[in-house]
Amino acid sequence: MRTEILKLLCRNAHYTPAEIGAMLGKSETEIKAEIERLEKEGIIRGYKAVVDWDKLDDAYVSAIVQLNVIPKAELGFEDVAERVMSFHEVESVYLMSGSYDLNVVVKGKTLQDIAKFVARELATIDSVTSTVTNFVMRRYKELDTGLCDPEDDCRGNFLL
Amino acid sequence: MIDYSRMLNSAVQEIKPSGIRKFFDIASSMDDVISLGVGEPDFQTPWQIRKAGITSLERGRTKYSANKGIDVLCNEISDYLHRKYALKYNPTNEILVTVGGSEAIDAAIRALVAPGDEVIIPQPSYVCYEPITLLAGGVPVIIETKAENDFKITPEELKAVITDKTKLLILPYPCNPTGAILEKADLTAISEVLKNTNIAVISDEIYSELTYGDAKHISPASIDGMWERTITVNGFSKAFSMTGWRLGYACGPRELMAQIIKIHQYAIMCAPTTSQYAAIEALRNCDDAVENMHNEYDRRRRLIVKGFNDLGLTCREPKGAFYAFPSIKSTGLSSDEFCEKLLKEKRVAVVPGTAFGKGGEGFIRASYCYSPEHIIKALERIKEFLNEL
Repeated sequence: MRTEILKLLCRNAHYTPAEIGAMLGKSETEIKAEIERLEKEGIIRGYKAVVDWDKLDDAYVSAIVQLNVIPKAELGFEDVAERVMSFHEVESVYLMSGSYDLNVVVKGKTLQDIAKFVARELATIDSVTSTVTNFVMRRYKELDTGLCDPEDDCRGNFLL
Repeated sequence: MIDYSRMLNSAVQEIKPSGIRKFFDIASSMDDVISLGVGEPDFQTPWQIRKAGITSLERGRTKYSANKGIDVLCNEISDYLHRKYALKYNPTNEILVTVGGSEAIDAAIRALVAPGDEVIIPQPSYVCYEPITLLAGGVPVIIETKAENDFKITPEELKAVITDKTKLLILPYPCNPTGAILEKADLTAISEVLKNTNIAVISDEIYSELTYGDAKHISPASIDGMWERTITVNGFSKAFSMTGWRLGYACGPRELMAQIIKIHQYAIMCAPTTSQYAAIEALRNCDDAVENMHNEYDRRRRLIVKGFNDLGLTCREPKGAFYAFPSIKSTGLSSDEFCEKLLKEKRVAVVPGTAFGKGGEGFIRASYCYSPEHIIKALERIKEFLNEL
């Protein structure tokens, strides 16, 4: 049941426990309790709206910054990852296989802001050996959600 | 001056136009209408099926296929029906690929029904059986199924209407609009009634993949005494979300299929070739996709049924298809009045139960082939509507 609850919340975090309960054939109380447990256990870490900022005047820009890191003895990449994570400009941090080590999504008001941040705060970290900054030009889909306007429902045959 | 009423076939003219066409024409002219009216999956046809169709076009498979359908497809249908419903049909002469389940029903009725023949039709049910029977010169004999029987046709009801003119029984299960299904015991009892008669059965099983809970679809033709008299109709529209592809099939004893295929040959030639190639892929590799869609419908089913019951509109649990059939008797309004008022005042479109037969009076049909968000919004507006009554 946990997985089903999580899948539904990932689809729409706004579903109420009553609605989730109705869909899964469980009571509202059961669902509420399970969600609380999931939050307490740190499995659900947060609920975020998916926003198409480009539709607003104060849109922001984001960049995918690829860091190469010399891992520390015993700590591996943990140290650097924690340090990078702590910045509010950093939206996400992933440890990667392949040609670079850390994938960091950075957001800022302008491209220059991001460039300054990377130069001042990321590139200067001790174990970071190189940074490659790729700016996001346009977002099409985020968190399983298309950012384009939905097509109209073209079904019209009411008798079937 | 041409008198068109004399030019036209009188049987056609006597068929009443759909009462709700006008209603939905109004609905489509209004803004911000939340509809629960369509009876068509909201899912895209699974990508691999579309790709198979596209590939067949790229390869130029655009000619007529064999009348009865592509051999490979007939084989796959035979395997599928055996695997799922324990049915045995020879792909060479007992399976016909048609333009949707609709053509299968039309051709089968025309092959069986002569002028004056009686055709037993349980209602509320899908709207095509009565008009097609009339066009064939047949006499529809309606059984008004009852809510307390979960809208299942009972052997007693069946016995009461059989005469020496009875040619055909239509079994539309899982049922649109009631969501009713027939279980093994129900079918065995019906088979008993039909024993020693020459009455044929058309089983419209288009919703066979959509049964919920412990209920598993039982094909009437798999019951003792039924295979020899039954035309099994099914298709790809609902299970595989292939409504626009227009593909279905009819299966039955070769003696019956040989005659049905004549009608098909002259009227249709063959079902769309592209759709047939896509359907082969559907039957071979899409069990997972079908299951995912099924599970999604199941969640929505629970959501909408609970929603109506919480509003005081008693809704028995539908075991099949994708429709809820709640009773609106508690409002004191007729089905038509309820639907018109609901549309006008709250811009929610549902189908009056009377569209499916007289026995639908006091009920409405709400489809759950919509996202949960859409269903939740519709239920909110219906709640407001009921509060303001």
